[in-house]
Amino acid sequence: MDAQVAKNDYLTIAGLWKNFGDFTALRDVSLTVREGEFVCFLGPSGCGKTTLLRAIAGLDLQTRGEIRQGDRDISTLPPSQRDYGIVFQSYALFPNLTIEKNIAFGLENTRRPKAEIAARVTELLQLVGLPAQAKKYPAQLSGGQQQRIALARAIAINPGLLLLDEPLSALDAKVRVHLRHEIKELQRKLGVTTIMVTHDQEEALSMADRIVVMNHGVIEQVGTPTEVYRHPQTLFVADFIGETNKLPAKVAEGGKIAVGDTEFRCGRHGLAVGAEAVAVIRPVDIIPHGAGAPSEDMPAGTGGHENLIDAHVEDIEFLGAFWRVRLSAARLGDRILVADFSINAVRRLNIAPGVDMQIELPQERLLVYPKGA
Amino acid sequence: MAATDAVLPPGRPLRMKLDRDAWTKRAVMIVIGLYLVAALALPLYTMMSKSFTTYRFDLTRYEFQVDDGAGNWGPVVSAQALNDQLGVFAADDLRASSDSRLAPTKLFPDFSFRSPVKYRIRGLGNAPFLVGLDLKRGGDWVELDSNTFRRVNFRPVTARGLGNYITYFSSPTLVGSIANSLTIAVISTIVTIGVAFGVAYALSRSAMPFKGFFRLAMVLPILVPSLLPGIALIYLFGNQGFLKDWLFGASIYGPLGIVIGSVFFTLPHALIIISTALSISDQRHYEAAESLRASGWRTFWTVTVPGARYGLISAAFVVFTLVITDFGLPKVVGGQYNVLAVDIYKQVIGQQNFEMGAVVSVVLLIPAIFAFVVDRMVTRRQVSLLSARSVPYQPKANRRADTIAFLWCALTAIFVIGILATCQFAALVKFWPYDLTLSLKNYAFNRMDGGGWASYGNSLTLASATAIAGAVIVFAGAYMVEKTEGFAAGRNLFHFLAMLPMAVPGLVLGLAYIFFFNDPSNPLNSIYGTMAILVICTVTHFYTVAHLTALTALKQMDREFEPVAASLHQPFHKLFFRVTLPVCLPAVLDIFIYLFVNAMTTVSAVVFLYSAHTQLASVAVLNMDDAGDVAPAAAMGMMIFYTNVAARLIHAAVSRGLLAKTQAWRVR
Repeated sequence: MDAQVAKNDYLTIAGLWKNFGDFTALRDVSLTVREGEFVCFLGPSGCGKTTLLRAIAGLDLQTRGEIRQGDRDISTLPPSQRDYGIVFQSYALFPNLTIEKNIAFGLENTRRPKAEIAARVTELLQLVGLPAQAKKYPAQLSGGQQQRIALARAIAINPGLLLLDEPLSALDAKVRVHLRHEIKELQRKLGVTTIMVTHDQEEALSMADRIVVMNHGVIEQVGTPTEVYRHPQTLFVADFIGETNKLPAKVAEGGKIAVGDTEFRCGRHGLAVGAEAVAVIRPVDIIPHGAGAPSEDMPAGTGGHENLIDAHVEDIEFLGAFWRVRLSAARLGDRILVADFSINAVRRLNIAPGVDMQIELPQERLLVYPKGA
Repeated sequence: MAATDAVLPPGRPLRMKLDRDAWTKRAVMIVIGLYLVAALALPLYTMMSKSFTTYRFDLTRYEFQVDDGAGNWGPVVSAQALNDQLGVFAADDLRASSDSRLAPTKLFPDFSFRSPVKYRIRGLGNAPFLVGLDLKRGGDWVELDSNTFRRVNFRPVTARGLGNYITYFSSPTLVGSIANSLTIAVISTIVTIGVAFGVAYALSRSAMPFKGFFRLAMVLPILVPSLLPGIALIYLFGNQGFLKDWLFGASIYGPLGIVIGSVFFTLPHALIIISTALSISDQRHYEAAESLRASGWRTFWTVTVPGARYGLISAAFVVFTLVITDFGLPKVVGGQYNVLAVDIYKQVIGQQNFEMGAVVSVVLLIPAIFAFVVDRMVTRRQVSLLSARSVPYQPKANRRADTIAFLWCALTAIFVIGILATCQFAALVKFWPYDLTLSLKNYAFNRMDGGGWASYGNSLTLASATAIAGAVIVFAGAYMVEKTEGFAAGRNLFHFLAMLPMAVPGLVLGLAYIFFFNDPSNPLNSIYGTMAILVICTVTHFYTVAHLTALTALKQMDREFEPVAASLHQPFHKLFFRVTLPVCLPAVLDIFIYLFVNAMTTVSAVVFLYSAHTQLASVAVLNMDDAGDVAPAAAMGMMIFYTNVAARLIHAAVSRGLLAKTQAWRVR
């Protein structure tokens, strides 16, 4: 990723608005994508991610705002005068043309000799790993193969920008995971600046150099996958990416947060003392301890182990790689907390339904956001 | 980061720069849109405005001076004053149509074209009058000798108003047609829907034999002009009919004949719609009904009928419209029973009263448009009952039900084939019913009225030209409407124009064409009387169904093809010719054959527009029947039938051949 820091800005979006009648699909969106970067637009359906992609492609013109690609202002250019390749969820392969004709579609009319086009098609088929399928029709290929042909067709003309509109969502789970790696690999090999729209956080986390999390037509956060996951800047991001326990809370003195009548040390936030807030902790961040250890009478947050509370195991559920444990804690007003514990920890601590134990909510993983919309 | 309090900066929404493709698409759409305006909207507008135009002679606006034969002019006297004095013209004589003339010599009792007396005439306020063939207007005196004055004619002045409508609604014979038309349309609709539903139900829900044959037999009527069943009915039940006694003294000439003939020619239309509605049935609904121990009767009323209800309503309105706007059948078999469509024909062809024809047209437009609007609303409601998981219904054998189904279909098939066979037989015998030896003399069309064999050739030309030009225009228009970005107002207007022909009866369109194209001041006047106007009229008349067929095919195309092609910097026409057109080829061929068959059979749209050089086979059927050459009319009708059968067969063969070549990709 260090290599990309040095790269130039390639796509700049400034003050983009999109209105459909009274509905505002994009609200003052600004974003910069660097050359060679793989960026994912992530968000729930209706968040504006596809609208933003279609604005970049010139398919749905924005109501206001500027888009620059390289050193060109492309804000109001028609699609044919922009420089991108696009892959849709539907693949949009031409059904009556063979695979090679599909891929060659963009190469014709360019005064290239036929032999050169044929060579380029062969090269592209090699690149996407389907060298033997040239003479077949799209309907004769599987969904994953069709998607790769659509990708080959899009990159055939060496576009400056590759746009992927939910390219994997029509495929079944296994193919999807496999294709994720292939697309990422191909993108790295070609070094083409790529924007992918997805509603699948796993897809975004595993593929993107940077993720743009969107909601209600605004960008909530832009960051690397680890930034977005570890340090969500808004409650929405915390909630949307990964799983969370949300606890109503009030900001207390001394960098603490009060949940019910218990005060915890928490991560940094800019809220005033007394403000209504939401404390968030992910299930994987809750640390299990055995009953009574390290010290039962020690008030929370005063000793070696901070933010330690008693909890009662309500039930546990085996999810393969880990156990999902539902806990109730008297000091949180009998609120249910969900925690993910490793198989080791469960075995070591004899965690089972009905057992009393202690759990720790580590200070830096206890995130605080203002209460509100 | 979230900027939810931001407000939209002031200014105008951005507009996309248009590339060459966008301009080309818009240009093509505007050209085809202008075609529809010139071939549909303007003629209809002209006709509407004509229905509000009245003509009458205004005597107050003509003045005369007469000399004494020696150069001394007498006093100025108005025509009105003279008429008041003499009472030559009654109020009725002063009512006029656009072509009327009135000779002023009658106002001068002692007029003689040999006298040396000279006359001066002037028209005040631009009142027009003819001197020979010269049209004069204006207040300048025109001085004429007696012999020339004899050739002076007043021309009517025009006024706008409800006069024609008042005349129409105060004439009982004309108004009576409204009730007649509605009566036969409603009765025909009920009978046709009943028969068609029985057949469709038998075809989809029974296990009877010969389904393929029945399916084929029931659509045959679509291949003949609507007046052909009228001819057959006259042969069977007319004054010299074989089966006249079957009617127990009732006359086939009149509502009975119109209804039976209407059932014949509307049956295929109703059957196709109802069959489609019934075929979208889910086996699982029937299994559920059976597991709930519902009786067959109850299942029929709770599963079958509700599932097909939109189809039934839609079919009913289509049949209603076809019957009420049809003109050929009541013309042939209607006798003294007046209906609206024939009234238009009589007013225009018989009485040359074009304005009254326009009034009846407007009256006929009302039920047609009403039926059209209801049908569109119902069609929009029809949601597909068939989900991807539906299981098609598989009828189980049931001896009693299958027998009833078979009998129902057999009777209907006998009716349909019997009508056609009667026509064919009558065409081949020497003199029905007295001399039944076979002969081809009825095919000697050149010895009859109606244009002879040339009219058959003209029909082939018209049908081919309509099919080719229509398929190109319709598909191109539908493509531009469906695949142009933005330009919403233009696209909506285009779509409206494309849907409109469905609501316009053929006769009304034809009459509108007379008003619009026969006007010498229209730059398009030169196509009047040519084959071109027949092609334009026919394409326009059948535009809607063809347009909807094209739209359906285009809507099944992936919406992302155009963006992909644009992103690959390929022009839209490359995508169109390499992908869109080949994939939609079956639909284009369907449009082609639809237009061909209808152009062969149509009478109403072209009956006002053919000329001596462009007589048509379908019109020849009408004219030969009118002239009493009924057997040759039947022979020509059957020629149309066989031509359409051949066209269908060729279409099937070509489709299969082309599809094998261009649609290989459909096979997995």
